[in-house]
Amino acid sequence: MRRDDLPTTLRRVVSRWLMPLVPIAATASACSQEARFDDGDLQITEPLAAPAPAVPNPADLQPLLVPPIFECHAVRSDDSMGAEQYPVPKPPFSNGIFPCTRCHDKPDDFNPRPRNLVAVHQDIKLAHGSREQWCYDCHNPTHRDELRLAGGRLVSFEASYELCGQCHGEKLRDWRRGVHGRRIGCWNGERQYLLCVNCHNPHAPKFKPMHPRPRPTRPSEIHFDQRSES
Amino acid sequence: MTVKPRRKLPVVSDAPAPTSGDGDNRRAFLKMVGKAAAVGVLAACDAETRERLFQKSFREMSPAELKRYVARLERDYKDQLGVAIRVGTEPAIEGVVFAYALDISRCIGCRRCVHACVEENNLSRDPEIQYITVLEMEKRHGVDLEHATAYYEPAQVPREGHFYFPVSCQQCDHSPCERVCPVGATWKEPDGVVVIDYDWCIGCRYCMAACPYGARHFNWATPKIPKDQINPNTHILGNRPRPKGVVEKCHFCLHRTRNGRYPACVEACPVGARKFGNLLDPNSEIRQVIDTKRIFVLKEELDTSPKFFYFYGA
Repeated sequence: MRRDDLPTTLRRVVSRWLMPLVPIAATASACSQEARFDDGDLQITEPLAAPAPAVPNPADLQPLLVPPIFECHAVRSDDSMGAEQYPVPKPPFSNGIFPCTRCHDKPDDFNPRPRNLVAVHQDIKLAHGSREQWCYDCHNPTHRDELRLAGGRLVSFEASYELCGQCHGEKLRDWRRGVHGRRIGCWNGERQYLLCVNCHNPHAPKFKPMHPRPRPTRPSEIHFDQRSES
Repeated sequence: MTVKPRRKLPVVSDAPAPTSGDGDNRRAFLKMVGKAAAVGVLAACDAETRERLFQKSFREMSPAELKRYVARLERDYKDQLGVAIRVGTEPAIEGVVFAYALDISRCIGCRRCVHACVEENNLSRDPEIQYITVLEMEKRHGVDLEHATAYYEPAQVPREGHFYFPVSCQQCDHSPCERVCPVGATWKEPDGVVVIDYDWCIGCRYCMAACPYGARHFNWATPKIPKDQINPNTHILGNRPRPKGVVEKCHFCLHRTRNGRYPACVEACPVGARKFGNLLDPNSEIRQVIDTKRIFVLKEELDTSPKFFYFYGA
């Protein structure tokens, strides 16, 4: 073994064999901390509810996930960065629309000709890319529960970022690094990477303008005489 | 001609006052009586009142004292606010320096972060205190505070020809606020967060004058928060309910971030413009931003070395 390989090997050993112990150690230390606080006069009379994670009002956004309660313990970020698997929330399907094969059950029944949809899916107005875009550029025509990349590979809706990344490569690169997009949970541990489609409507991805929350009070609007001093 | 001798000014003798004697021992007597009275009063009141009287600043407290103090705080909050509040004392995590980045090519000025922060950090609703000020700027002027307003209220944002520039505490490495505090009530923690000891702050507001970012806010009156909107998860140097007459500011949501969570504003941003992480971890989101994007800091010329970066992600 070359000498400069040693740190790499060490790191590998640590990450492979010792990192699984971290949650145990974390739990143990958490317990000991509790015990330290229990013996004193510190009392919390009623169990505190976990604070509600601050997610924006779902009405403000695309239908969003309810984030799970995260147990934050450190994981090596480089272990998760290299892997092709990202913890993503459920894709924001409209109610009752998935699985698609419930209606689209015949593999050969598809019409590749662009047209105005009148029977179903009328709510979808394609405003994405060129006018020649059509459903089967992304959706797999023969098995609708999956998406299809340009090269023919099938991906699940949970991995739809791969599909988006075919054209928006540099956005996908930034998303993987955490520079583009949203993440919810822990800055150094378990977190959810919101999918492209959690924020962008895939059929019309441009953000809609939104109503801003109230502005701050101007100094001139503050009237001290009306305020009861306490 | 006779020269009138100069009148000597009476001088207090350096010699110690005679301890024995009758007439001039009043001072000693009064001292003795005063001390006895003080000892009597202190003996009469209970240990807790004594501790309240001689409470040390946060940084001087021993772990045992801190524990007793936190228990007392929690009891006081329960009595005063009627809400069971957890006051955390989590110390800085070793090997972690927090930093923040904001993508001004994405921010749309919706102020979701401002109000998420208010709710998360128990900020006074009346009088109003907000840690984040979102400035609307004109694209043709660029980042120019002369052409900026915080009071925009169009029906829809973003407005044509404008961009948005949220400003809050920049968690400076060379923090001017810390340097001017006459009582040492504000300091930089090992994880880089500039914090305030609300019990030690005397409310002189020097730090507010020194801060070039307008990031510090003064409690002119006792903060008012609806009881059902109080966040019970708090930190002693962070979002625990504040008294009247002290300064407060953004603390990177210490009660969340020291337990591994993202700050509230990061999770609230609907466009994902806010990034947070460990500056010392080369794989953290914040380092990825710094390594791969064009970044800048606000008022760089002041040499405050902020740990709050602005970048253009698009």
